[in-house]
Amino acid sequence: MAWVNAIIQGVLIGGLYALFACGLSLMFGVMKVVNLAHGDLAVVAGYVAIGVITVTHIPVLWSFLIVVPLMAVLGYVLQRTILQGALDRSVLTTLMVTFGLSVVIENGLLQFFTANSRGIGTGLALVTGSFTIGSQIQIGYLPVTIFAVAVVVLLGLQYFLSRSKYGRLIRAVADDKEAAQLAGADYRHVFGIAAAIAFGTVALAGIAYGMYSQLSPTTGTDIILLFAFAAVVIGGLGSLWGTLLGGVVLGVAQQIGAQINISDETLAGFIVFLAVLVLRPQGLISRGAQS
Amino acid sequence: MMSEPARESQRGASKRPGGERGPEKGPLLEVRDLVVHHSQLRALDAISLQVFPGEVYAIIGANGAGKSTLLRTIAGLHHPTTGSILLDGNDVTGLRPERRAAQGIVMVPEGRRLFGSLSVEENLQVGATYARPGPWTIDRVYEMFSWMRERRNQLTAQLSGGEQQTVAIGRALVANPRVLLLDELSLGLAPVIVQRIYGMLPQILATGLTVLLVEQDVSQALRVASHIHCLLEGRTTLEGRPADVTADQVEAAYFGLAGAASASQPGEGSEP
Repeated sequence: MAWVNAIIQGVLIGGLYALFACGLSLMFGVMKVVNLAHGDLAVVAGYVAIGVITVTHIPVLWSFLIVVPLMAVLGYVLQRTILQGALDRSVLTTLMVTFGLSVVIENGLLQFFTANSRGIGTGLALVTGSFTIGSQIQIGYLPVTIFAVAVVVLLGLQYFLSRSKYGRLIRAVADDKEAAQLAGADYRHVFGIAAAIAFGTVALAGIAYGMYSQLSPTTGTDIILLFAFAAVVIGGLGSLWGTLLGGVVLGVAQQIGAQINISDETLAGFIVFLAVLVLRPQGLISRGAQS
Repeated sequence: MMSEPARESQRGASKRPGGERGPEKGPLLEVRDLVVHHSQLRALDAISLQVFPGEVYAIIGANGAGKSTLLRTIAGLHHPTTGSILLDGNDVTGLRPERRAAQGIVMVPEGRRLFGSLSVEENLQVGATYARPGPWTIDRVYEMFSWMRERRNQLTAQLSGGEQQTVAIGRALVANPRVLLLDELSLGLAPVIVQRIYGMLPQILATGLTVLLVEQDVSQALRVASHIHCLLEGRTTLEGRPADVTADQVEAAYFGLAGAASASQPGEGSEP
């Protein structure tokens, strides 16, 4: 029964990892930007949410209505300025620029918010509550909610990419930005829109992790970025549903590892990550849902 | 065997724009003293040309003559070192490709360059997203190529080379260009398919477009063009109406043999 429990918890936490991963995957899939500041930006979003909740006293759950648009605007602006400037030089430059961004954000957060960790909505019934199945399986409301949010986000993204005008342009630009230019599309603007969407999902990831655990200035690189990478690689680059599968596989591996020995949780996840990298480098789903 | 439309276009070409060439009507597209470098290499050296409304203007030349570079520079994909490009008298030299498309310069790139993860219809929809107002719609493209409507949901990778080329032309047409740039349509296609694709030109021209094309196949270019312009190592070696140039002149200009002469009419010569 303990093993069944581990698997169920792992699947649910996979939803959180998919939220971490889908923005990273989108940024890489469309503009070939490996955003090393991805996790730090999620932490920024979490801190912004804490600030918004403290100042406006809006309900914790509704904070995303303010934070997601804010992060989306930040994504558009960053893409049109710093990231595009780096892309115009070389792919390596974007890697260095996002690494620099990561260092700046992390140290900025340390400076202004200290190294103390904080949670979001720690007293809420949603965060602390759970229901039980049988006698041994206890399922938290929060992991279920986060999993549902992840599925809704992925469905929404898929619908947007496959049906809307801008979704079509994003796919066209990802295929061949020069040909898209010849068709009259300003690929820089389309990149900006893709970045805005990616940053919107990053905001959700930051808030979700703040509720699920605690945020500190180093959470971004220590946990969010690493798990996002692992989920993307396991699932398969450029596949939206691959990020969910990757997140779930990572989550289950971690929970099974923890079941064997509580200190093996993270290790088990990365062993699976390495195994996929060696045995099936294209990921479990190669090039699926996005096209 | 020469197809019916190809012959039609030849007749049309000889009576339509050739005789009207001249200052009274003004060129739709003009290139003035264009110099383009690929890093250190001078790819184009002081190229000038004038394309008049309704013309089929063909740029011919051997591999590496600079034909594609010229077309890509007109489309905005290369930046010239010096010189200018004018559309209907307005300088577009500083505009990005997408702005030029909005002004009416649309290119069908070499190698087709369709969006591989998009369906046929989605490729056309992308082309129509920023379209200028005009006669071409996706439906009109489907009317012209009935097979395309039936296969609109297929990925373009599943199409044959000729079909892909047709979709690429359709994608450019739905943007309603004033000048359609065609870069090496015949590349990698069977001669019979090439004939069929060039056979569509009269229908396209009938909607009021002007065509500037690059073609390595000289006989094909001479068949469809109302004006030809031969490049050799980035320089103009011959220019004129197909009827006014001899096969020997074309051969000399194409291969760079001595005695290549300009067949330009007096008063519009581009040679200094």
